[in-house]
Amino acid sequence: MKSGSNLERILESGQFAVTGECGPPKGSSPKVVQKKGELLKSCCDALNVTDNQTAIVRMSSLAGCVILQGIGLEPVLQMVVRDRNRLALQSDILGAVALGVGNILCLSGDHQKFGNHPTAKGVYDIDSMQFIRMVKTMRDEHRFINGEEISGDVPLYIGAAANPFADPFEFRVTRLAKKANAGADFIQTQGIFDVARFAEWMKMVRDRGLHEKTHILAGLIPIKSVGMARYMRNNVSGLSVPKELVDRMADAKDAKEEGVKICLETIEELKDIEGVHGIHIMAVAWEDIVPRIVEEAGLMPRPVV
Amino acid sequence: MIEDANRILVLGCKGCTTVCCAGGPKEVQELATLIRMNRKQKGTTVETLEASNELQCEPQSVGPLLEKLADQFDVILSMACGAGVQTIVKSFPDVRVLPALNTNFIGMAEEHGVWTEVCVACGDCLLGRTAGICPMTRCAKQLLNGPCGGSMKGKCEISKDVDCAWQLIIDRLTRLGRLEVLEEIYPVKDWSAGWHRGPQKIVREDLTS
Repeated sequence: MKSGSNLERILESGQFAVTGECGPPKGSSPKVVQKKGELLKSCCDALNVTDNQTAIVRMSSLAGCVILQGIGLEPVLQMVVRDRNRLALQSDILGAVALGVGNILCLSGDHQKFGNHPTAKGVYDIDSMQFIRMVKTMRDEHRFINGEEISGDVPLYIGAAANPFADPFEFRVTRLAKKANAGADFIQTQGIFDVARFAEWMKMVRDRGLHEKTHILAGLIPIKSVGMARYMRNNVSGLSVPKELVDRMADAKDAKEEGVKICLETIEELKDIEGVHGIHIMAVAWEDIVPRIVEEAGLMPRPVV
Repeated sequence: MIEDANRILVLGCKGCTTVCCAGGPKEVQELATLIRMNRKQKGTTVETLEASNELQCEPQSVGPLLEKLADQFDVILSMACGAGVQTIVKSFPDVRVLPALNTNFIGMAEEHGVWTEVCVACGDCLLGRTAGICPMTRCAKQLLNGPCGGSMKGKCEISKDVDCAWQLIIDRLTRLGRLEVLEEIYPVKDWSAGWHRGPQKIVREDLTS
């Protein structure tokens, strides 16, 4: 075992994993994190805690992780290289391990321009690929990025992101291969609305045998309204929302119900794709729908390994 | 900053700022005219002196000219880049020098009147590995193993007007039949080679006496 986390045990035992997401508040109250955690507790194997998501300042991801652990949840610590240089990243990793965190997701981060401090200096000392490799070196060789020795273990299950919908399409699989080689034990993808394109990407992933090197969790974003569908289609870079899906939401009598239906249909299709080892549900501001989706997708109760 | 000056030397540079149509003899003339017009509107007077030297960043170029014009001005308004302004500062400790320009970037002329930034002078050139396209300058996240998940239809997530540097790199490597170089993970950058080291200095022993 690399970290012995619940997520690792589930994935390594060949079971279909379910992860969720918990965005910390724009404030200091632990209750917000606890409330989201309680909602998702029974239906997720681990919960990602986002790190200044979309470059908007929020409570730190590590603090959110510790709060979740306090109510018996397993967190995935998201970390972006936008806000920290190699010193801060490594120091926060050691701190996270000391506090019992067992999973990490290594990200670049959305550009600071999109957030609430658009005039900030982006750090980007190292990139997400180098970040993955750095954590692997810390864990497997007990060494910092400069080669110096670390005292003690750094047991972390290492995750990375992949976006099958960004360009250039063909290179996306090469990029996944690089992340797997760098040390990514699991991958959480961008939210999937275009299953056909995702399936095409997965075929390329299998052709290179990458589904056996790393566990791929397919990303899902439940859609709450036609406005949200339209916004994601037109404004969110790196997302592919087909027009038919927007039309379907527009024509629906009950948009929320339609959103749940679309999500469940997508999960069914994803389950049939070879190499998909789980799902990652990002229900931003709609956390309370997740238990129902997981239940109706036939993924309850969650396995105990 | 020049309100209190009555004798202003507007000093152009015949090097880079001339090429960039920002601070050559033509722009010197224009700026001096504007200053005089402004003072006239305000009902005050000013003497402007116009000159340009070969390269303001070379003490040998700027020194003799300024010595010749000494006592004819209170302040120099330099139309060189930041290096030019500071070369005067270093050579003439008693002269007041002000910058007339903002020095923006090291760029290339795409077409007449259009310049784009292409180099950040990082001191650790990557162009040999990135098909001659600089991700330090042209990737908004300065990724060495790009592109990130925000690259769409060849454009960067920060703006539809900005090309994705990594798309350009991949296209060019594909054309050259060398895309496989990107399979390797590019190691972390040595930022100490460049501007994160603090002010830098190059000494060429063979050129110094």
